[in-house]
Amino acid sequence: MSNNTISYLLGNHAIAQAISQCSTDVVAGYPGTPSSEIIEFLAAIKPDCHIEWSVNEKVAMEVAIGASWAGGRSVATMKHVGLNVASDPFMTLAYTGTRGGMIIISADDPGCHSSQNEQDNRRYAAFAQIPCLDPAVPQEAYDMVSYAFEFSEKFNMPVMLRPTTRVCHGKSGIKLRTSTPVHHEIGFKKIPSRWVMLPAHARLRHKDLINKQQEMAQELGSSKWNDLDIIEGAKIGIIASGVASVYTKECLEKLSIKASFLKISTYPPPVELIKELLGIVDKVLVIEEMEPIVEDVVRSISNSISNKEIEIHGKDIIPGYGELNVSIIASCMASSGFTENQKEADIVDKTSIELPNRPPVMCPGCPHRATYYAMKKAFGKDAIFPGDIGCYTLGVQMETMDTCLCMGASITTATGIYHAGETKPICCSIGDSTFLHTGIPGLLNAVYNNADITVAILDNRTTAMTGHQPHPGTGQTVTGDATYMVLLEDIAKSCGVQFVKVTDPFNIESTTEIFDKAKKHKGTSVVISKQECIITARRRGIKPTPFEVDIDKCNGCRMCIKFGCPAIQFTDAQVEGEKGYAHISNLCAGCGVCASICPFDAIKEVC
Amino acid sequence: MIEFDLVIVGVGGQGAILTSDIVGLAAVNSGVPVQASETHGMAQRGGSVENHVRIGLTYGSLIPKRQADCILGLEPAEALRAVDYLSSQGVIVVNTNPILPITALSGACEYPDVDMMINELRNYCKELVAVDANSIAKQAGHPLTANVVMIGALSKFIPLSVEALEESIRRLVPPKTVDVNIEAFRLGRLQ
Repeated sequence: MSNNTISYLLGNHAIAQAISQCSTDVVAGYPGTPSSEIIEFLAAIKPDCHIEWSVNEKVAMEVAIGASWAGGRSVATMKHVGLNVASDPFMTLAYTGTRGGMIIISADDPGCHSSQNEQDNRRYAAFAQIPCLDPAVPQEAYDMVSYAFEFSEKFNMPVMLRPTTRVCHGKSGIKLRTSTPVHHEIGFKKIPSRWVMLPAHARLRHKDLINKQQEMAQELGSSKWNDLDIIEGAKIGIIASGVASVYTKECLEKLSIKASFLKISTYPPPVELIKELLGIVDKVLVIEEMEPIVEDVVRSISNSISNKEIEIHGKDIIPGYGELNVSIIASCMASSGFTENQKEADIVDKTSIELPNRPPVMCPGCPHRATYYAMKKAFGKDAIFPGDIGCYTLGVQMETMDTCLCMGASITTATGIYHAGETKPICCSIGDSTFLHTGIPGLLNAVYNNADITVAILDNRTTAMTGHQPHPGTGQTVTGDATYMVLLEDIAKSCGVQFVKVTDPFNIESTTEIFDKAKKHKGTSVVISKQECIITARRRGIKPTPFEVDIDKCNGCRMCIKFGCPAIQFTDAQVEGEKGYAHISNLCAGCGVCASICPFDAIKEVC
Repeated sequence: MIEFDLVIVGVGGQGAILTSDIVGLAAVNSGVPVQASETHGMAQRGGSVENHVRIGLTYGSLIPKRQADCILGLEPAEALRAVDYLSSQGVIVVNTNPILPITALSGACEYPDVDMMINELRNYCKELVAVDANSIAKQAGHPLTANVVMIGALSKFIPLSVEALEESIRRLVPPKTVDVNIEAFRLGRLQ
């Protein structure tokens, strides 16, 4: 890679590029938006390192920890909620510390673009006392990777890199630096006082962790990631963190606000810079997405400055939920007296034409739609359908998704609903990748504790929602190598399930029959509804014949419309008294389920 | 430096990311800074998608409301949904072919009349180019080149050269489809 090459890269690809340029030895992660492209890109460019999709984030974190303890450089990647799964090793890793440089990438999702919550993982970093870097733009994320490795190796501490969706899925011209290979000696060294967290060792390591906080904070505070721009004579100070700093800068320029500006991208926040700013201004506004982490620090520093009263604003003005942008910041500043220039305030007239909502939907030919159709037919609409996380969460549109909490929670919450005394039949849904992620302990528990529930494993042979990553059930690794293909039915049987059936959901009749038997079975039953994701099937070149409606036979009963496939449309009667009819568009993927649903035999393969 | 804020909207699966990539790469290859933002994840399953491409800008990738120089609408209802991004001096380039959402297909709500939406869009912009990109794409040789037709129609307004855009198309579309895409781009320019 020549010096000063500029490549147009996705933020996640820039991060991956940096990882590959830093002589990294092991990268492990579990797919999750907005983090997935980091490992996918690495697997595509094939650097000389071990890359894996781990079974879940806890596993990924521990694999990366092991690699670091053995002296290698390692990275664990996950989405923000993935760190909840990996929080157990994460918290104690702060005590043990690292040997080879280790980066934990937590891709946060303010605005819940593709997540069940929008938690701010800067809090986790503070909780564990692990340093955190919060890039504002993709270039900074790229640049931070090599810094993080060096920092980690200097302090024997892991470093959290916390890009948000706008950085992960932002694209810009990235100035790539020249790779400089780093040699690190691999070999696990037996140091029980470091790696064996017996209480006696843990107490000492905790003290050590606290003792090195100040030195780490000083080094972070003086790093180039923070920047104080003092405007002579300005009595207003604006502090903004990470991605909010670029929105704020644009806003200050547009509204011609005269203010000294402190950009913060390291945690713990830079105390000296904050003190310097507080020393010269009368009024401060802290702008950060989500939690008031910088604000809390600013307030505590301000309280310690006894000779001066400083007006501090933050979450009293700036929303603590959702994503920020220039318009929100501008209107917040206008409404709170930080600017009199109201022209940017968010007064926007929307069209008066009523636009139809466009929610995401299961694709035409998606096997999940067929599974849900059969499930609902067998269990009835009054049954309880606890759910899980994946494309199949869209089953909420088919009324077969009554809950969605976190990865793996379908089987366990179903168990709880049953033991609470719910008498209606209970059938929960979980995808293949999610089952392998955290579903197995729940299934084992359900059997062990005699839960009379049905577990549907919607096995579409991939981790679909996050972009079709392989998993242990697919027989393939992230780099395309063949590996042992674990059978979900074997796992279910090993958990002690007495009723385990595999079915093809495109065969509605037999799938409904199997669900019906599962419902009648006393005890935990498992139905594995197995059919490849239509997107991966297409990519493999499978093109089933599409279907069409014979308008003469169509009775206009709308049974097929109720199936909810985007390829099926209905034309209302043009003349009063006549029937409308269904027709199938060129979106048809040829699953044929509508043909088996039609009571009038009006849907046939295109000749 | 010329600054140009472009909002590209469409439906998940329609190819909005490739469309914004063609523009973004052309900017980078012309030595112009660019910050873009994409929709990945759940919305890609047929939901509304919105990409921002900021040419000549070094701030964040999100375009403030009422500031976009252009909305490239790959679908008419989505163009109207995003109209509050457009500056009063802005331009709208819109594909007139609707994609009905599941809410309209199921009869839960009605999809507005396309001509009515195009007329409404005119109220928000200085200039509007309505393109039947699907038909032009077929004319170019393949229905899947509709978005490149749209980039052709857009090319008259953005501060990037035709050569840079064509080079970007050559680099990003599947190798076997380069010729048909270049034809689509050129037909789009005639709109």
